Amino acid sequence: MNDFLHALKIVDDLCIGCSLCMNICPTKAIRVRKGKAKLMNNRCIDCGECFRICPVGAILIEQDDFGLIFNYKYRVALIPAVFFGQFPSKYPISKIYQTLIDLGFTHVFEVENGVDIIKKATREILSQDHDTKPLISTFCPAIVRLIQVKFPALVHNFTLLKPPLDVAALYFRKHLQNQGADESEIGIFYFTQCAAKIAAIKSPAEEEKSPITGVINMDSAFNKVYQKVKQENGDSSVQIPVTAGFASNDVLWSLTTGESDTAMGRRMAIDGIHNVIAFLEKLEQEENPDFDFLELRACDESCAGGVLTSENRFLTVERIKKRVRKMNAEQPQTEQNQDILNYEDELRRMIFVEEIKPRSMMKLDEDMGEAMKKMKLIRQIVQMLPMVDCGACGSPGCYALAEDIVQSRGLMENCIFIQRRYEEKGMLKPSDSLQIMKNVWGSDKFESKKNQNNETDESK
Amino acid sequence: MQYKFEVEGGNFSKAGTASSEVKKILNQLNVDYKLIKRIVVALYEAEVNIVAHANKGIIDVDIDTERIKLVLNDSGPGIPNIEKAMEAGFSTATQKVREMGFGAGMGLPNIKRNADILNISSETGKGTSVEIIVFLKP
Repeated sequence: MNDFLHALKIVDDLCIGCSLCMNICPTKAIRVRKGKAKLMNNRCIDCGECFRICPVGAILIEQDDFGLIFNYKYRVALIPAVFFGQFPSKYPISKIYQTLIDLGFTHVFEVENGVDIIKKATREILSQDHDTKPLISTFCPAIVRLIQVKFPALVHNFTLLKPPLDVAALYFRKHLQNQGADESEIGIFYFTQCAAKIAAIKSPAEEEKSPITGVINMDSAFNKVYQKVKQENGDSSVQIPVTAGFASNDVLWSLTTGESDTAMGRRMAIDGIHNVIAFLEKLEQEENPDFDFLELRACDESCAGGVLTSENRFLTVERIKKRVRKMNAEQPQTEQNQDILNYEDELRRMIFVEEIKPRSMMKLDEDMGEAMKKMKLIRQIVQMLPMVDCGACGSPGCYALAEDIVQSRGLMENCIFIQRRYEEKGMLKPSDSLQIMKNVWGSDKFESKKNQNNETDESK
Repeated sequence: MQYKFEVEGGNFSKAGTASSEVKKILNQLNVDYKLIKRIVVALYEAEVNIVAHANKGIIDVDIDTERIKLVLNDSGPGIPNIEKAMEAGFSTATQKVREMGFGAGMGLPNIKRNADILNISSETGKGTSVEIIVFLKP
């Protein structure tokens, strides 16, 4: 099985090997070796917690070059509601639209235009009988991957529906083609609030090609747009072409309870990756969980808390809700909103994702006998380790080190407590211990820092 | 491979600790997910039984490549009529326990459905021993 494709990359030159990311990673996918954080590809779920905590910006979320849009005649900015929530409410949506057009896009389309079709499909799926309950939404790609690696037994619970993003992109492509555009002339660019979406777009589970041409990170897009929006005064005259999302509650879909509020039966929404993990642990113990639908989101406050957002997540939620209320009052359903209904039957056939397979990161070996041998070894090693989870070995905790040793990814002597014990027994010289620590943390952490303090009295 | 877990009677917030640990172990051993689910559900129900009815209990887990054997011994009130207790919906749980969402009388029937072999022996006033075996080879 191929490794997951990841949007997150650690830049060695910038990484200071502080291990903050290693300790926060919910799937223990990071180790420190030679003073640099290393990502284990088959464990990373692109949740972006590492990106959030990195103090030096050494974790990069790869995006497409903005200039790429000019390769296309029809340049569509596909914008999720969270993007509008980045802007203070005093800037009208029309102004943000205008700025996007000024930047070079020919069309602006809201992701949430695709919500209605997914909402109906979810309700239909929920109204059928299911052996496996509860159904778990496939909306958040980091959650899909989390379940694949950490809760493989739950892969059969997915709704297997594409996110509204895909529906919106599929629709707008068809819409433009109907107006005479050639498929090859259309470039659809999604403004993403997270890394997981990028990974999902760039490596769709199946052979199928994503309807999205490129991805632009929301933080950089926001900087570009905000600068212009702030500078230019006066009202924009641009007619908002499509405000279907903001004209209905569909625009709340990517926020917490956005899905569960419109689902059916007993349902619940959980946001925050650690909250989700805690609940799924419990869910796995129950014979017949008394739930019909779970909306699970990796980020606190769901997409408003995406790692590529610029604004405080609570403010974003408040602003989006405020805009919806305003729009609901001022403007009834628009014409475009009706147009997507013309494509409904066609789109309905394209909204399902193929079976999602488990990719357990927990198994020690394919063969149970071998796994059992490794397990016994881990237990023996754990007996010797101090269980203080200091992380000085370059692994996230004592148990992780024991596993790394058994899987030939780490050494017993990486543990500073073991080093002292070995030294006392004469099995290791202090210079050996030092070399071991340099192998983990890099040499420069064992030298006094020069030229680092810019104190003026030194140069005097 | 053997593991031992202690269960504290009356402490519902800790109920499920042993089954959660066993789940982790089975996942690491690459046991089939469907089997893991059966084992974990059976163990969790049995664990909750100790918490709900007994002062304390011990869970012994023994795993080899052929099967997993779970033996739960508690020093509880015992089950006067095991046959009756196996009936779906029969429960002797107190109101307090029921208010916490347990005690629906589905515990033992659920364990039976998920276990390949289930042996229960009990002495009134002394305690109960529950042995659950699930085969790991198809």
